[in-house]
Amino acid sequence: MRRFRHTEEKLFRVLMFLSTNIIVISLGIIIFSILYKGLPSLTWEMVSQTPKGGFYFGKEGGILNAIIGSLYLAVASTVLALLIGLPVALMMNVHLIKYTKLVNGIRFLLDLLWGVPSIVYGAFGFTVMIYFGLKTSLLAGIITVTLFIIPIMVRAMDEVLKTIPRGLMETAMSLGSTSSEISYRVYLKQVIPGLVTAVLLSFGRAIGDAASVLFTTGYTDHIPTALGQPTATLPLAIFFQLSSPIPEVQNRAYASALVLTIIILATSILSRYFSKKYQKNRIKQ
Amino acid sequence: MLTLQKRKSKPKYKNFQSRDVVRFFKVKRHLRSKLHTTWMVIGLIVVILLPFILGVGLYIKSLLLLEDQSLFNLLFSSDWRPLAGKFGFLTFIISSVWVTIIALLIAGPICLLTAIHLTQYAKNWVLKVVHPVIDILAGIPSVIFGVWGILIIVPFISDYIAPFLGKQSSGYSILAGSIVLAVMIIPFILNILIEVFRTLPDELKESSLSLGATKWQTIKFVLVKKAFPGIISAFGLGVSRAFGETIAVLMVVGNVTTIPKGLFQPGYPLPALIANNYGEMLSIPLYDSALMLAALVLFVVVMLFNLGSRIAISRLEEKG
Repeated sequence: MRRFRHTEEKLFRVLMFLSTNIIVISLGIIIFSILYKGLPSLTWEMVSQTPKGGFYFGKEGGILNAIIGSLYLAVASTVLALLIGLPVALMMNVHLIKYTKLVNGIRFLLDLLWGVPSIVYGAFGFTVMIYFGLKTSLLAGIITVTLFIIPIMVRAMDEVLKTIPRGLMETAMSLGSTSSEISYRVYLKQVIPGLVTAVLLSFGRAIGDAASVLFTTGYTDHIPTALGQPTATLPLAIFFQLSSPIPEVQNRAYASALVLTIIILATSILSRYFSKKYQKNRIKQ
Repeated sequence: MLTLQKRKSKPKYKNFQSRDVVRFFKVKRHLRSKLHTTWMVIGLIVVILLPFILGVGLYIKSLLLLEDQSLFNLLFSSDWRPLAGKFGFLTFIISSVWVTIIALLIAGPICLLTAIHLTQYAKNWVLKVVHPVIDILAGIPSVIFGVWGILIIVPFISDYIAPFLGKQSSGYSILAGSIVLAVMIIPFILNILIEVFRTLPDELKESSLSLGATKWQTIKFVLVKKAFPGIISAFGLGVSRAFGETIAVLMVVGNVTTIPKGLFQPGYPLPALIANNYGEMLSIPLYDSALMLAALVLFVVVMLFNLGSRIAISRLEEKG
């Protein structure tokens, strides 16, 4: 019996070790396979030109339209979400700090919203778009993606704001600060690292999501010059090129996937760097 | 004299006193504070109303179809012929359920074992490696997972797994969708599980160990038992994430409108249905309404799973 006990533990320890490795290895395989397939087709032409005639039959051109479109979309919606999300996150932790139940309710709601699949946002955005008589455009995409990333951003900021010691607010209040001054001058400075991480997280979501923009931004070969124009996005560029039967076009899809992966990895590394660098202003509990 | 002259040259500030300065800035400060607060309240209202607006918006759009046919018929009929006005969702619902359950069966044990390993056994350097891996995995866009699925999983299934089991498959199958989904929901479930195991009080472990239980017995009979509601909710959240995942599944699952009869057959989950048909939905009557109903079904199912799991988790946190 005793021996069995230890064999069981050993068996499970091996299993645990294996499953941890499976996770690390699957990330390795994902990145390696994208690199392996994408690197040979990734040329300067790919990232510096818009599609030319016959691009979708394997002729000249690149995916600059999708890269720029994705950046426009992601930056604009991240800024919009920041404009709405930051005040909400601050309010939950400064103005409403006495109303624990209300704040917990809001957190609960945000968690629920975080779980809503992006295709639902896409479908909803499409309905709204039709209702207002808009066509597939950059603007419709920005609005949809903003709605989609607000819960993520608020919740991520809230997690950081939660850790600020309450004494800091009491001190600021006793010096005569108004609650908005506490929010923007005291609390905000405390959470800059977490804030940057939250913003970059939302940016990553915004640039990588395909289902919500599928309905709303459309697709075009040109770089958009106005909010009312349809816009190409990287995830959709990958998706459409990959469904083509022509091998050259498929290879371009792999290269586009590599571009998107690089953008995402860069965001991730940046957010790690920022969260380490700006840790020094922080008052710890 | 000198002071009087000065006053004459600046008659505007005749009664200028320092308390006016204070008042001016006080008013300005409070005005600013009010403006900020108003904007915050507006933002908060938007955020609070968002889920209701989402639900109501989709409901209004799907009302057209619901007036025409009963919900029960729509959900439990597998007759999908949009041109004839037949919208039976059963095929798609069954595909979705298959893909989700198998993804959970793959991801669940892996996550649980890894979470125990990371919180109970692992050394610091392992954590330092695995945490960034989880973060990066969580941040990878779904379309990349789709590309990976097409590159690795699909050929692997058609060339190795299916022949090994004596079956034929193109690789674009329920199984491929499930494996891709499993990898996608792993970081999500794992993060919550790690959190759950961390909130368990240390006393539990210590008292069990001091009674002579081995570490493994402590984990098996004390920690896992105590964390059980948390584990179930983490799986519930994983299910809701898997159920709504679109692009990655769409790329590898095959998209054939027949009820799947096995792991190696293609399926057609609900989100894929919505995503694949957005182009033509405006040209066929009631089609857009049907797709919005599909989105509403997704929304409701995901919300219910989320709601149940979140409630269980918050109860657990209160207790711990």
